[in-house]
Amino acid sequence: MTAHQEALTGEHRGEPGTDTASAAASATTPATARADGARHLLSVSDLGAEGIEEVLRVSDAFVEVSKRVIPKVPALRGKTVVTLFVEESTRTKLSFETAAKRLSADVLSFNATSSSLKKGESLRDTVETIAAMGVDAFVVRHSAAGAPAAVARWVDTCVLNAGDGWHEHPTQALLDCCTIRQVLAERDGRMVAETGVECFKGLRVAIVGDIRHSRVARSNVLAFSALGAQVTLVAPGTLLPPAVEAWPVAGVSHDLDEVLPETDVCYLLRLQAERGVGGFLPSVREYAAAYGLNARRAAALADGALVMHPGPMNRGVEIADEVPDLPLSVILRQVANGVAVRMAVLFMLLGTPRDESPAGALAGLEDAWETGGG
Amino acid sequence: MSVPTVLVRGGTVIDERGQRRVDVLCSDGTVSAVGESLEVPSGATVLDAGGCFVAPGLVDVHAHLREPGNEDAECIDSGARAAALGGFTAVVAMPNTDPPLDNAAVASEVLALGAGVTCKIAVAGAITVGRAGERLAPMGELADLGVRLFTDDGAGVQDSGVMRRALEYARGLGVTLAEHCQDDGLSHGAAMHEGEWSSRLGVPGSPAEAEELMVARDIALVRLTRGRLHLLHLSSAGSVALLAAAKAEGLAVTGEVTPHHLALTDAELSGYDTVFKVYPPLRTATDVGALRKACVTGTIDAIATDHAPHRPEAKDVPLADAASGMLGLETALAVVLGALTDGDEPLVHATGDEQASRLCARDVVGLLSWRSARIAHMALDQGGDQGGPIAPGNPANLCVFDPTESWLVDPLRMASRSRNTPWAGRKLTGRVRHTICAGEPVVIGSEAQR
Repeated sequence: MTAHQEALTGEHRGEPGTDTASAAASATTPATARADGARHLLSVSDLGAEGIEEVLRVSDAFVEVSKRVIPKVPALRGKTVVTLFVEESTRTKLSFETAAKRLSADVLSFNATSSSLKKGESLRDTVETIAAMGVDAFVVRHSAAGAPAAVARWVDTCVLNAGDGWHEHPTQALLDCCTIRQVLAERDGRMVAETGVECFKGLRVAIVGDIRHSRVARSNVLAFSALGAQVTLVAPGTLLPPAVEAWPVAGVSHDLDEVLPETDVCYLLRLQAERGVGGFLPSVREYAAAYGLNARRAAALADGALVMHPGPMNRGVEIADEVPDLPLSVILRQVANGVAVRMAVLFMLLGTPRDESPAGALAGLEDAWETGGG
Repeated sequence: MSVPTVLVRGGTVIDERGQRRVDVLCSDGTVSAVGESLEVPSGATVLDAGGCFVAPGLVDVHAHLREPGNEDAECIDSGARAAALGGFTAVVAMPNTDPPLDNAAVASEVLALGAGVTCKIAVAGAITVGRAGERLAPMGELADLGVRLFTDDGAGVQDSGVMRRALEYARGLGVTLAEHCQDDGLSHGAAMHEGEWSSRLGVPGSPAEAEELMVARDIALVRLTRGRLHLLHLSSAGSVALLAAAKAEGLAVTGEVTPHHLALTDAELSGYDTVFKVYPPLRTATDVGALRKACVTGTIDAIATDHAPHRPEAKDVPLADAASGMLGLETALAVVLGALTDGDEPLVHATGDEQASRLCARDVVGLLSWRSARIAHMALDQGGDQGGPIAPGNPANLCVFDPTESWLVDPLRMASRSRNTPWAGRKLTGRVRHTICAGEPVVIGSEAQR
């Protein structure tokens, strides 16, 4: 079994701090998946640096597929993927469904707003009912942290976390890493396929915004720090997470202007105004004044810096209207890479036999691609 | 129904007076003889207590029996059976039932349902009407029914003015208030302890200060009113430090701790397993260590289970939506023996001086038996019938347990109607063999008799 395949089996391990009690207790916590059962991607920590690099390399192949006339491969033909989105989402859902379809999987789309959940059916009953129809993977988005982990406990099917509350959004972090690697390689005049993840070592990343409530921030901090980047969190006092000193980051700042000149990647989080700004911030205006990336601040970034955003953007709040169109913004490339990265993850979880590496499985598909994905 | 004559033979009696290897004979509901190698009267039931301790029946000052209103999760009958299997001969039922125990009618109903079950059932009344924290509940009419403890448990009294009046009024009646310390403003939406784990897991948390704020406030109100207060389920190092200072000052404040707060930490939630969701939440190893130490120093007056049954449908949901609470009656003794004595390897390696956090079995049992009986106003010298000592003429309420017997916790084989025990699938050491309630052997050989 390759390192990534081991890492992708459902055991959810976290290592906050050096609390021996935590270590002892987590050793006695029951595993979230049987070792010989379904594989999952619930957290970036399921992957580790090696696993992340493997996903990026497999994504290279699918970036290439997406550029073809018929951007489709038969890798997951006959497999059924269910998108179980209990929390509203348009872009991530479309991205996953597109990815699954380009792999020739059958896609079932379950939308909580028009479903039995409204009639009072429990999530568990919903999931077990769908699983009984014979599906191969659940892609789960839910407003409660840990919901995908619960699904993985209830059914013997592959579970992919598409965003659970404030906890994680692993494929977002992966597509962000994919984008950074791609852009930095191009800027250095090199082929992406020839680069590994060395570009992350010492890379200075600033994540700006509502860190406390952000699953994107949690996944990105795990991914970037695993790859050796130096992450600084920039946020007002109320929007930092508790016990932030235990996070694997290089620093925390309340002063965006001070951090910008030392920043190679400026990653902006959406201010979730629907959350009730009054409780955490006096006003959106005050937030935008102190933490919004406008053109002046973008110009203050280090040479060659990138501006990123997971979307959807609040123009005029965390990002000024003119910034996404500047050359240093790679926001649209993030979106484009999203499909390829999700294809890679689905392929690695569903299309790769246990005793084979993804590279081997990919090679086996070469012929199919040559004939246009028939 | 006449109660048989029972001889408890071969055990070691432990009570407030000490420890001695003697047999105990019970007849007509009282202890009739205590001595070495007692003769077996004809027709007597002989209970083998070889290798066991024989203690006064355990008293749980804090359990949720869910009747009236949530009988699917538990009822008084099943709760009493669970209690008896756990070695308890008395339980104080908490008032957050539906309708709540804030008037004599509901209290009478619960007391009537409790007559004749396998454990003595007492009732805690609410402090405020509907436990809403606004108007005082009719504590006088409840006290007339024998109610001595009042609490809005499930919630804390948020308004300091209301709590002040309640303490003053209770002082006039000679009853004790008990507080579930939780500041709603600081704990809003929380599903676990706020700390490194909640930060990592992306789960809204409740900091220790949400409890400590109300502990500090209530202590100040006791000082102001000269009232009496019992602090329920303390969970943090800060809380026990405040309690110790209050006692040093001579204030009439007591405190309890649950078995799970002596044994488990917030790390248990790493897999989002809702069985570990409880209020107050499981906190850090430092807090566990401080709570254990407080049991040793006497700062903590009693161990209470906070037995909180929930149906699977209330727990089998994502963490944010799950109900809070764990079962506790059937596992309390074993868990506490493991956490506080040298007997078993503790489940949590607490920081600090391990040696200082150890008690002998007798002291541990005291926290569950004669000391908690006192908090519940059920001790013999308070007009009750619980807590021993085990001596001729005293009521026959006994817990006979083997401190070395290991057993596997199987939620499907428990007497509770619910299954939400955090010890499911784990081995515990320390098992109740027999329980005698008012002279009747309600548990024999670890099996409930009715």
